[in-house]
Amino acid sequence: MRRTMLYLPGNNPNMLVRGHLFGSDGIVMDMEDAVALSEKDAARVMISKFLRRGDFGSVEVTVRINGADTEFWKKDLEAVVPCKRLDGIRLPKADSPQVIKDVDEELSRLEDKYGIAQGHIKLFCILETAYGIWHAYDVAMASRRVTAILPGGEDLVADLKTSRTPEGTELEWSRRMIVIAARAAGVDAIDLMFPRVTDDEGLRRDAQFSKDLGFDGKSIIHPNQIPVIHEIFTPSEKEIEKAQRIIAAAEDARARGLGTVSVDGRMVDVPVVKRARYILVKAGLEKEDE
Amino acid sequence: MPLNALGRDIPAFIEGYGKVKPYRGAFALQPSGNVVGPRLRVTNADRTDKVLPDLKAAIAASGLKSGMTISFHHHLRNGDYVVNQVIDACAEMGIRDLTLFPTALFGVHKHLIDHIQSGVVARIWGSVNGPIGQIVSAGGLGEPAVLRSHGGRPRAIMCGDVHIDVAFMAAPSCDRYGNMNGVQGPSACGSLGYAFTDCQYADCVVAVTDNLVPYPNAPISINQTCADFVVAVPSIGDPAGIVSGTTKVTRDPLRLLIARYASRLIEASPYFQTGISFQTGAGGIALAVTAFMKDAMLRKGIKGSFGLGGITSYFVDLLREGLVDKLLDVQSFDLGAVRSIAADPRHVEISADMYANPWNRGAAVNMLDVVILGATEVDRDFNVNVNTEADGALLHGIGGHQDTAASAKLTIIAQPLLRGRIPCVTDTVYSVTTPGECVDAVVTEYGITVNPRRADLVEACRGIRDVPVISMDELADKARRMSGPMDPVETTDRIVGVIEWRDGTVIDVVRQLKKK
Repeated sequence: MRRTMLYLPGNNPNMLVRGHLFGSDGIVMDMEDAVALSEKDAARVMISKFLRRGDFGSVEVTVRINGADTEFWKKDLEAVVPCKRLDGIRLPKADSPQVIKDVDEELSRLEDKYGIAQGHIKLFCILETAYGIWHAYDVAMASRRVTAILPGGEDLVADLKTSRTPEGTELEWSRRMIVIAARAAGVDAIDLMFPRVTDDEGLRRDAQFSKDLGFDGKSIIHPNQIPVIHEIFTPSEKEIEKAQRIIAAAEDARARGLGTVSVDGRMVDVPVVKRARYILVKAGLEKEDE
Repeated sequence: MPLNALGRDIPAFIEGYGKVKPYRGAFALQPSGNVVGPRLRVTNADRTDKVLPDLKAAIAASGLKSGMTISFHHHLRNGDYVVNQVIDACAEMGIRDLTLFPTALFGVHKHLIDHIQSGVVARIWGSVNGPIGQIVSAGGLGEPAVLRSHGGRPRAIMCGDVHIDVAFMAAPSCDRYGNMNGVQGPSACGSLGYAFTDCQYADCVVAVTDNLVPYPNAPISINQTCADFVVAVPSIGDPAGIVSGTTKVTRDPLRLLIARYASRLIEASPYFQTGISFQTGAGGIALAVTAFMKDAMLRKGIKGSFGLGGITSYFVDLLREGLVDKLLDVQSFDLGAVRSIAADPRHVEISADMYANPWNRGAAVNMLDVVILGATEVDRDFNVNVNTEADGALLHGIGGHQDTAASAKLTIIAQPLLRGRIPCVTDTVYSVTTPGECVDAVVTEYGITVNPRRADLVEACRGIRDVPVISMDELADKARRMSGPMDPVETTDRIVGVIEWRDGTVIDVVRQLKKK
């Protein structure tokens, strides 16, 4: 599950050591925008030390490295790939299949060098330009490591030659495009972060919109955002109960050789069963491959 | 050196304190003998006005001499003007070698440092926060400070361990015959609970007020039968330091996480049922626990019986919404609490004696189901230190820590595992305030740690979803790994602080810090 992936500034040891405790599904140790140029080396050293300790419980642990257009990205990978606990790399400016291939190649080299299973490190690709959004599907398909694609925020807005509005209309199409590309490629779609950390109601509306679009979850920048988003992205008791009834009815129909069955007056067909299974997966009651 | 029941090295006799009764166990010592009494005094009908022109006149009339003991209460907290004014007057009158017996001293009393150095103040038997604590830790006080809990203090008065010669009573409202309350006037502080016993047992009581009203003042908290003299001064306190405004629940995610874990533990405990009583105090984690408890009570249709101790607006909200029936208030923490105690008969002012004295016929803490407390350190045996910081400096009072921990059915210490790089869970606490036998659980951001003595709670925790349960040894090991080695505190042999258990035995001592 990737309902919430919490950004932790890579130069803040207090957050790095405690960030996994707040209950997000994943953490993102940030070497990029949260870290000033003068602190890149310090953040790299600190993050690798924490990763080597490996004390993060069961959350998905990722690192946002600096973009492949910078001088830092190879050093970043060299520092974190051999560490005890790293599930994935969040790659900024992942706007073309070629960038993904370059990073994939470097990851393969490092996995080989450090005796890590090939393909172990996953890629989370942030699309930060109009070109990237347009080629979202190709990016998602460029490597088997790609496990999720994400719309960018400020950089994408700048590239679109627009500006941020409270309603977020300027990025609405890009977000829809990401969901469609992700579903087509069979990877996750993770939505933008919501920047106003004390605006719980705004966050609630934004998260509901993300869910309605079809996203799997959101990036977040403050632990207090976790319960709000989890509440929205976790199916309610009522939804779970209905999903269980749909699946039971479908299995019963199959056992009895019936073609169709109805639940609450609605025909249960294959997409309805698929949707019900997805709800149970989201509720943590079934595994994704079941 | 003899060891007490916790294995602390404490001499049998401490210079400036006297013979030591070593701590023997939380409930081991039973009292004998009678309660002491104050001096008999008479005010006949020919004297219907107790007002004197100023503090010096009152000090002279009280018979206060060098070497005597004077007491104060701390309801005005960091806004208090009375302690400094009285000691200034004593100094100007040539009175020296005084024993101060305050319920607590705060940063505002930094002014006393000059009087400590000049010998006007020779001893402090009360909590020493902030700068006075620093002075004591550095050896600047001639004799050791004696720290007692909110319940241990009235016990010490009533059994005769401490004799008060003159109690100076900061009274936010008072009439000319000495009827006082804390709920009216520009310096209203709410409950006057800490001062009740002082006024009943001191040989002489001087009421100091900035709101002199016609007789009879009403409501009456402390009445005319206790007051010898009344002095009107321009101001007894700064409202900005007396109470905070509206106390808000923290948005600090770490504290919220700890509070959420603590409230989940309470919810899972056998005490979370209609009639539950609790004390949560002020402070970020405590307020958040109160808020989470409220949610849980509403969700499960549970109604509580009473809230105890220092009362905040959050408790007042619980009262107004019918989630508790009564508030028993020894200390009003904010303006909401002050307004409530003035207006709502279900919000009851209680004395520190009724709150927490272990040696009366029934303290309110005995009726307490759940208490949330803080700490500067907890050790592997669940012993708690609230008095000294990791550097050994004596900076905090005991408050109701010992009393509520000893009496509540569920005592939870809620605190982060580390503050900065300083571990709050250690192998051995630097000084013991509350013994581990009185602590049921420690809650940190790493989850719930239950004292193995409480097998029932260990079992109850198995039913809590999504909250980690971690053993004390794992927690302490984690803290040590994260903080790295700490330099030991370097002290001299000289004892500068004596920490009494609530029954008057010595649970620990604090030694003078070596100069760096």
